[in-house]
Amino acid sequence: MSILSNFQVIADNFTYFMIGRYPHGPLGGVGLTIYLAVTSCILSFFGGLLLGLLSVSRHRWISLPSMAFINIIRGMPLLMVIFWMYFLLPAIFGTFPEVRTVIMALTFFTSAYMSQIVRAGIEGIPKGQMEAAISTGLKRWQAMLYIILPQGLRNMIPSFVNQFVSLIKDTSLAFIVGVSELTHVGTQINNRTMAYPTEIFIFIAVVYFILCFAFTSLSRWLEGRLAWRKAI
Amino acid sequence: MCPPHPLHHTRNSKRGLDVLSYHFDWSIILSGKYFDWLVSGVKVTLQLSAAGIVLSFLLGLIVAIMRMSAFKPFRWLACIFLEFTRNTPLLVQIFFWYFGSYKLLPEAVNDWLLTQNFEFAAGLIALTIYTSAFIAEDIRSGVLSIPKEQMEAARSAGFSYLRSMQYIILPQAIRITVPPLVNQFLNLAKNSSLTMTIGVMELTYQARQVESYTFKGFEAFTAATLVYLALSFIITFLMHQYNERILKIHMAA
Repeated sequence: MSILSNFQVIADNFTYFMIGRYPHGPLGGVGLTIYLAVTSCILSFFGGLLLGLLSVSRHRWISLPSMAFINIIRGMPLLMVIFWMYFLLPAIFGTFPEVRTVIMALTFFTSAYMSQIVRAGIEGIPKGQMEAAISTGLKRWQAMLYIILPQGLRNMIPSFVNQFVSLIKDTSLAFIVGVSELTHVGTQINNRTMAYPTEIFIFIAVVYFILCFAFTSLSRWLEGRLAWRKAI
Repeated sequence: MCPPHPLHHTRNSKRGLDVLSYHFDWSIILSGKYFDWLVSGVKVTLQLSAAGIVLSFLLGLIVAIMRMSAFKPFRWLACIFLEFTRNTPLLVQIFFWYFGSYKLLPEAVNDWLLTQNFEFAAGLIALTIYTSAFIAEDIRSGVLSIPKEQMEAARSAGFSYLRSMQYIILPQAIRITVPPLVNQFLNLAKNSSLTMTIGVMELTYQARQVESYTFKGFEAFTAATLVYLALSFIITFLMHQYNERILKIHMAA
């Protein structure tokens, strides 16, 4: 097959695929993909926690606006969120680097989804826990922080890992604003070499697959373990 | 290949807080040429979503049945398909079908495709395949939630495996699967925005087009966002009604 022999183009550009021009220039390729995913994952974990807690608040003036925010973000395509950030952030802060723009967009977007996981995790804890905590004299927020969340968070772990997999896939949209992560690097090399689009995009898909599949498997394993621990 | 930076003028601002001095002009996008562009974008988005919904449901159904079949090669094939489609980004799949598929197809097919609306077709194929994987998993978990005895009873009544699926299991499973399926269709409608990268003139594409012609980015993107939100909220509302009425009635019965 001619296709197999053409994979030479991957070998020739392998370092560029993996780290971009890194030692001599900005990080790119797989390295930047992972950087984007990990940074926005950490930020959106806290964003999601905050939004999730706000949305289960008993005070309507807190829970309603946060629910509205969550639903608006979830009703939009990620691409739209990226475009909004892409021209809102520079308009507010002056110049704003593309990489940070994308991280902000991914954080906002993923926080909204993470908040639903947090919400489900909190609501999955039996009501008696909260009542028991309050009757021991804890305040509501203390009970939430020390009793409900620690139990809920454990059940949320598999969903968080799944969300991280989505996040890895979503980083590919950074392509649209010219951030040179894996997909962008792939199109660059495709434009330069012209002749091997099939090989290049199969290779990129395989790289994403390896990254995502590792975490999908991890989430399945965790799910099994947590279910097992619960059963005891 | 990479589209020109949208909103170039705003990115070049060094002062910050330009947003306060921004002069809104809604009249541009509320009538005339740019309005027509946006409307045609909405049409393409709806076409893409509608076609994608039908096709991905059918493909998802086939994959789900293969995934649950007793015949091992089918199960493996379905598993490989599911894992690979769900663990690669949609954008990469779109690029693969748009740029890379020609090497895998016969020449005659390629020639014919070039006379057609190839962007739309490639986008539709990618969206269909990507969404069908998620739909297949939803259908499968719906089927798994139907008690095993139903299948056993159907088989002992003389139905073949496929017929018991068709008449006994799937009708019950689909009813439970409707809410997650609707969710996937919403995702599909939102994901259709990614096809702008290969030049499908859907809503997001047109919004950017309007922006680059008029420099009225806020207005164009607000309009597009509102359309997406309206779509989501209407469908979410309908699903809520379905949950409240139909699902509750059937669950109680």
